[in-house]
Amino acid sequence: MFIWLGLLAVLAALAVIPGAIGNRFYAHVLVLVLLYASMAQSWNILGGYCGQVSFGHSVFFGIGAYGAGMAMVTYRGVPWPGIIAGALLAAAVSALISWPCFKLRGHYFAIATFAIVEIFGRLFLVWDWVGGALGLDYPILDDSWKYFLWSSDKTGYFTGAALLFAFVFGVVRFLEKRRFGYYARAVREGQETAESLGVDSMRVKLTAMAISAFLAALCGAFFAQYNYRVDPPMVLSLDMSMKFVLITILGGMGTFWGPLLGAAVLIPLQEYTRTYLSHFGAGVDQMIYGILIMFMMIRQPKGIMGFLAEFGLLGGKDGGDI
Amino acid sequence: MDNFAQVVVDGLMNGAIYGLVAAGLSLIWGVMDVINFAHGEFLMAAMYACYWLGSLAGIDPTVSWIATGAFLFLLSAVAYKAVVRRCIGKAAMAPLLATFGLSIFLKNFCLNRFTPNFRLLNNTALSGKTVNIFGAIAPVPQLVTALFSLVVIAALYYLIKKTRTGWAIQATAMDAEAAELMGIDTERVFTLVFGLGGMCVGIAGGFMTGYLAVFPEVGTLFSLIAFVVVALGGFGSIPGALCAALLIGLVESFAGFYIAPVVKYVAVFALYLAVIMVRPKGLFGW
Repeated sequence: MFIWLGLLAVLAALAVIPGAIGNRFYAHVLVLVLLYASMAQSWNILGGYCGQVSFGHSVFFGIGAYGAGMAMVTYRGVPWPGIIAGALLAAAVSALISWPCFKLRGHYFAIATFAIVEIFGRLFLVWDWVGGALGLDYPILDDSWKYFLWSSDKTGYFTGAALLFAFVFGVVRFLEKRRFGYYARAVREGQETAESLGVDSMRVKLTAMAISAFLAALCGAFFAQYNYRVDPPMVLSLDMSMKFVLITILGGMGTFWGPLLGAAVLIPLQEYTRTYLSHFGAGVDQMIYGILIMFMMIRQPKGIMGFLAEFGLLGGKDGGDI
Repeated sequence: MDNFAQVVVDGLMNGAIYGLVAAGLSLIWGVMDVINFAHGEFLMAAMYACYWLGSLAGIDPTVSWIATGAFLFLLSAVAYKAVVRRCIGKAAMAPLLATFGLSIFLKNFCLNRFTPNFRLLNNTALSGKTVNIFGAIAPVPQLVTALFSLVVIAALYYLIKKTRTGWAIQATAMDAEAAELMGIDTERVFTLVFGLGGMCVGIAGGFMTGYLAVFPEVGTLFSLIAFVVVALGGFGSIPGALCAALLIGLVESFAGFYIAPVVKYVAVFALYLAVIMVRPKGLFGW
């Protein structure tokens, strides 16, 4: 109950923020925080709760982005059918690729998911039907919910991001306390033990993967709409995959609020360093990002939630598991 | 027929170089169960070192590989001491992600210092020369790099199988705790293994600068291929890594020539996934 009220409060606060600030840069950072928090949470279902660390989520993100992009650019329509189709396709693709991958454990699973990202990224680069290396450039259209495009201000995107955030976090909160959520955590803690107690681990992992991919694809569609274009390096890259992983881990893997905390710290840091440190030349913001990752892994691999638990701010609960 | 020979020679040359890059990764993975995500950036660092030695001091890559090998041994050992060692044992994915952070740092450090421009050494001792092998034309810089890669892999294999240090490494790989009880300083072994892993890419990078342009992203593809080679070869097996590397080199060049250049890496990664479905621990893993 408390958590639902918290979620509502966050949403209500977010709804008034852009109007209150009216600054495009702040609005941009807020939109990105909500988007990346949703992405991280979608990854968290599989990686955090179910313990399958995937480096392949940019594939689902990319399929979602291309769904929206193709509906808008190739078919010159509204994005909505493309968004739905992309999300369903992403879930189907995830089931298809995870069937062989889930036989693998640990590093072998991680490397297989890298390989899948590379295959998709390279195929999309040469696939003319999806726009090839040029990608898909959105036409200039009126600001509207119909097209889910706004060029004059960020309020529409902001509301959209808040809805996306509420949906993804709501789904996870719903699942967390259901039987599925307990099964997923049981598989993470010990697959053999869970199986010996009658949990069908393959089915749990596949379900987690499909839900995770569906939600990641919705985030991808939003990303395409927000950027007015899609191309393979933008969405189907290892760097994008790593964003899913790192934001979740920075916040706290397998915890409900971890993805939001991770995004709320990392995204503003990235946007501000990119803006204010640019006179030191290219790449300084990324150097700081790299140092931050190393620092977190050395100091507290359980992320911000781990720090909070360390300082006793979680009422004795620990900060989840990595 | 000439085309066929050319494709085979190209594939084997690339494969041998992948083998050397992957051997270092394989060693680290096998002994410590750590994936060094910064492996490709170590290669980039070696290539920049070699490039600057060549363009500022006029030292040829055929000589400067000694310096880059030593430099990377140090860099890699320091990376172990400063970063990897501190996050081992805390969480399964922590070393991998920490080295990913290191790779981002190194890549962007070079981007910041050396600009994203491609830099190629001109007029090296071997550049421009070719030899004819069964009707295939092999550029001498690549050929020398490939042959030397095989030599270094053989030396590494000898070191691990035949020397006391190598036995200590093997013992540590099997059971670090038991090795410690036998009086092996496992901390030193880990540092040495990381150093050796770095030295492999250091030597590879030194030679490769003789024919390949260096830029901040140069290591990315090599590290991905090295991951696949190691996983395909099997957990920590250096002969496995070499066979997998040669296979991947051949698949890359055949797919590139007979299908289309753009699908060569798709073929490589698809082959990997196909093998892994049948043998989840790689060709030579168990």
